[in-house]
Amino acid sequence: MADTTETPGIAVQTDLIGNTLDNIRRSSEYIVIPLLALIVAGALFSVFLLALGKSPADFVALVWRGGFGTSFSWQNTLVRATPLIFTALCVAIPARLGLVIIGGEGALVLGGLAAASIAIPMVDWAPASLLLGVMAIAGCLAGALWIGCVGALRYYRGVNETISSLLMFYIAVSILNFFVEGFLRDPSDPNKPSTKPIGAENMVGAIPGTDLHWGLPAGVALCAVLYLLMNRTTFGFAARVAGGNLRAAQAQGLPVGRLMVISCAIAGACAGLAGFFEVAAIHGKANASLIAGYGFTGILVSFLARHNPLVIIPVAIFLGGIAASGGLIQRRMDLPDATVMVLQGLLFLVILVSETFYGSLPFFRPKRGTS
Amino acid sequence: MTGDAGLTTVLLAMFAGAIRVSTPFLFVSLGEMLTEKSGRINLGLEGTLVFGAMSGYAVSYHTGSPWFGVLVAGVCGSVFGALHGFLCKLPKVNDIAIGIALMLFGTGLAFFFGKAYIQPSAPRLPSLSFGAWSDHPGVRQALEINPLFLLGIALAVFLWWSLKNTRYGLIIRTTGDSAPAALALGIDVNQVRLLSTMAGGFFAGIGGSFLSLYYPGSWTEGLSSGQGLMAVALVIFARWNPIYCFWAALLFGAAGALGPALQSIGISRGYHFFNAAPYILTLFIMIVSTSRRRSLKGAPGELSITK
Repeated sequence: MADTTETPGIAVQTDLIGNTLDNIRRSSEYIVIPLLALIVAGALFSVFLLALGKSPADFVALVWRGGFGTSFSWQNTLVRATPLIFTALCVAIPARLGLVIIGGEGALVLGGLAAASIAIPMVDWAPASLLLGVMAIAGCLAGALWIGCVGALRYYRGVNETISSLLMFYIAVSILNFFVEGFLRDPSDPNKPSTKPIGAENMVGAIPGTDLHWGLPAGVALCAVLYLLMNRTTFGFAARVAGGNLRAAQAQGLPVGRLMVISCAIAGACAGLAGFFEVAAIHGKANASLIAGYGFTGILVSFLARHNPLVIIPVAIFLGGIAASGGLIQRRMDLPDATVMVLQGLLFLVILVSETFYGSLPFFRPKRGTS
Repeated sequence: MTGDAGLTTVLLAMFAGAIRVSTPFLFVSLGEMLTEKSGRINLGLEGTLVFGAMSGYAVSYHTGSPWFGVLVAGVCGSVFGALHGFLCKLPKVNDIAIGIALMLFGTGLAFFFGKAYIQPSAPRLPSLSFGAWSDHPGVRQALEINPLFLLGIALAVFLWWSLKNTRYGLIIRTTGDSAPAALALGIDVNQVRLLSTMAGGFFAGIGGSFLSLYYPGSWTEGLSSGQGLMAVALVIFARWNPIYCFWAALLFGAAGALGPALQSIGISRGYHFFNAAPYILTLFIMIVSTSRRRSLKGAPGELSITK
């Protein structure tokens, strides 16, 4: 006769399965709500297009073709996604401390300028690997110093970091123009004021078999490292505590000032690296092409990813793809290039509004009576 | 050219520039001040400014009436303000982040619809001449003053008076200083903030229309260079006082005119930095005028930016 009485082991097991399902149900909130937000933003944008007499279906088809349809468009997308990963990290790391930094573009510009400038005296004698190493460090340091200042101003003087970082972007642009049109200008280039090129043989090469440069794997690795730093170390824990409640963190004796400055410096270094890769892998020199808006799109990427470094990677690829298809959309649908900006702004608004639904939809709530 | 004449030219150009360049600063900062007095911060005024510039120019082009353009720019601005006010009402929605999103959205919409208006030229706002008494052409040119500038001064004085002396002023200040206190008085906090943000957007839209309809006087995508955000810093510097907003706007206008003024007399060395003067000045002023003790005089107690 079969033993029908439930043994304690089985009871624990069913309980375990139930709990796991419950956990999945509750944590699926973090996937379902952003997906719903994407759908709502898409619907609103479709209404916008329909109102102008354009077909949303064409738009989607063109984004697919221009961003993800062929291996060529994938490469274009990934090349655009690379700086977005770095600049999004520039927003995401300070965001854990409750700081909203929107001037990552400034750190990118100065990182690129620093990398290109330090290369000028070294180009003649240094081997490519040494040159690139020094350039990367220079880019990181310039960015770290720039955004680190924003963090220091915030902590020691109470200067709002959002405004100061944006003002410092404009100052960074004038520094770039001053040097590039001034004594760092390459006299042999009559067209666009630029620094001396670092030389094709010194540039960051492509990953074998593709047209992609090594910036993408570097960005992915950096995301993983910073994810571990923010989620698995005491530094990250302290930063999150300070972001949750500044006064409580201070009462606990956490070095809030140091946390702020270091987080901002890390953030700036990420954006500086973006500038380094733009110079060392794309342009080969520093000029006004560095100001391409990657720093500003990075803000959107970070907010869409809810400041999670690992989620930044797919979101950056998604937005990189939309940006990559911009030219095609412009030509085929006769829409201005600002269409992508409208879509981004709409997406940004809807994602922010979706914050209000976390914890308020009954389906995702923990059951009453369970612990 | 002798040094003295050069200096006079620069000072005159800066004076003229202060009046011309300060007008958008004045309107945006008054709008931002009103919004912040009610306890919210709207960083989206940059987008509102750009959209106001575009819509004002477009309406002026189609109707031939620049003043109607100014009005429409204001109305568009208050629509953006209403969007901000409505979205920030929802729980857990951050007003600073919504502002950044609206900045992107407003600028994107302005560029989207503005493509068609880059080429055509629209009727511009007329100016009033106050310089008839002088023979000096520089002085006469400097005293060509736009009515919007005078309107801005009147608005600053009106806001200063009404915030201090009227019932509505008291309601706005109470809402900004303590939402619970306002609630206890039976004030609908969200309603007050919505209306204040809408009024703020209206002013910012007018400020934008000044850019495209008077100075520089045409619609381009590079029209605004962060004036909307600098106005936020300006409000902190002005300690949320409308009269101080006016003086601060003049100062920023003069700083903005420094680069072009020096170029006009042939000093071009380092002009990138002179062009960056308003940003450097703003940053410097913020460093000097804020404090980590966070007890800024006149700051609304509910404001997230000073908490």
